[in-house]
Amino acid sequence: MKLKSDVAVSDSGFVFLPTTGESFSVNPIGSEVLQLLKEGKSIQEISNQILDKFDTEPLIIDKDLSDFMEILNHYSLLE
Amino acid sequence: MEKQKYERPLIKKLESGMPNKFGTRTGYQPTTHIENVPVKDLIKKYDSPLFVISEKQIRNNVRKAKQAFETRYPKVQFAWSYKTNYLDAVCRTFHQEGSWAEVVSGFEFSKALNNGVNGSKIIFNGPGKSDKDLKMAIENNALIHIDHLEEFYSIRQITEKLNKKAKVAIRVNMDTGIYPMWDRFGFNYENGQAWDVLNKIIRTDSMELVGLHTHIGTFMLAASAYSAAAYKLADLAVSIRKKYNHEIKYIDMGGGFSSKNTLKGAYLPGQDVNPSIDEFAEAITSALINSNFEKGHLPILILETGRALIDDTSYLLGTVLSNKRLSDGRRSTILDAGVNILFTSFWYDHKITPAQPFTQYTEDTVLYGPLCMNIDVVRNNVNLPLLNKGEHVVIHNVGAYNMTQWMQFITLRPRIVMIDEKEQVSLLRERETLSNFLEMESVPEHLKTFDL
Repeated sequence: MKLKSDVAVSDSGFVFLPTTGESFSVNPIGSEVLQLLKEGKSIQEISNQILDKFDTEPLIIDKDLSDFMEILNHYSLLE
Repeated sequence: MEKQKYERPLIKKLESGMPNKFGTRTGYQPTTHIENVPVKDLIKKYDSPLFVISEKQIRNNVRKAKQAFETRYPKVQFAWSYKTNYLDAVCRTFHQEGSWAEVVSGFEFSKALNNGVNGSKIIFNGPGKSDKDLKMAIENNALIHIDHLEEFYSIRQITEKLNKKAKVAIRVNMDTGIYPMWDRFGFNYENGQAWDVLNKIIRTDSMELVGLHTHIGTFMLAASAYSAAAYKLADLAVSIRKKYNHEIKYIDMGGGFSSKNTLKGAYLPGQDVNPSIDEFAEAITSALINSNFEKGHLPILILETGRALIDDTSYLLGTVLSNKRLSDGRRSTILDAGVNILFTSFWYDHKITPAQPFTQYTEDTVLYGPLCMNIDVVRNNVNLPLLNKGEHVVIHNVGAYNMTQWMQFITLRPRIVMIDEKEQVSLLRERETLSNFLEMESVPEHLKTFDL
């Protein structure tokens, strides 16, 4: 699953989809996940990177990433 | 390198200018402590869910209400409405503050007696008094508020058998300009029903007419309605004095004052817009003082305020069981506390705050209870910080009716604790167990065994 190529993600957590004009806000971890998705990283790679950086457990990040991908798909931000 | 604090990734669609049924965020601080006792310690010791009552807040509320009325009227008596919360410790706190007992069933009457309340300070209301209940009330010199004519005749028969006089009042219903008008209880003022029964009582040797009672509604948002009711009861009392030279000792204005909860569908928070106890006091006492009572003949004013004195004293602590997405992408969170123990979530949008620190990011959330029932919704739309499994929430203003109307449905009812004025925690009610229920059940012999 990849982020649509035209999705713009700012450093301050503002997300813009030019094709529809919709905008979103993300929290810092959400922003980080979007940046990694933009770089073409796999879910496993993203999970490992988050685990390296943040104080959490594999089970929790697995569950939360799954939920996050579901809502990205719901907002039509994924290809 | 030290790892950063984790928060689950969140994305929120920005919809400027759109009506938002989730409303704005209302809480900015977690409720980590109740009366300086850590919420997490309470849950660790007493499990989740858990009701927590603040004794200090009960006493503050009663004293504030007494002050509101006693500074405006010379003779005021509060009576604690047992049905609102009849835990013995709660009732006794009110009794220590000088409140009489107001009960609506034989069960509540027995509870008040068991709490040590003298029968002459028990007000017996309600439409469902059995002959057995009435006999107990008469024997204990209680103040019986007659609801219907059948009750009048029952009391007359019982008093004749016991050869004992009953102290009675009548409940009067009336048009006070509010909708719906409660006319199912008591006798109507406008159509003459009230006068009809008053005439009967005055002419009955075995009854002493001591008071007049009304209770105009529940969760009243207009203090002015009480003014109309007080004028009408005062008019009845003055007319009885004129007609029979009989003095009414008290006027009981009942209860029904709104608390600071927010009714479902209300546009503004109850905390900001619901009338204060002073507004109710002003409406009632002004009406009585401006009525035609002769000098020195003002009756005692009795108030049966329940909800407004207890709602904000109590909290329900709960724990997040799970987060999930609904089909339309909305966040839903399942708590271990549902409508089985939070009956009032059918009426109110309860204030809910996390019990642990959170960031500024929030989600529009639907809060569900744990029951396998579609009706088990604690909040339909609430803007909450991100909650994770195992984290705790504090549901506010739950003191009225939840601990009396709760249901043993699907699961067992939780513990109730009280934090006293010295910030010590006492267990008021133990958690129910399976054996509590098995004790009350029996299985016919032929159903005891089966093969599957």
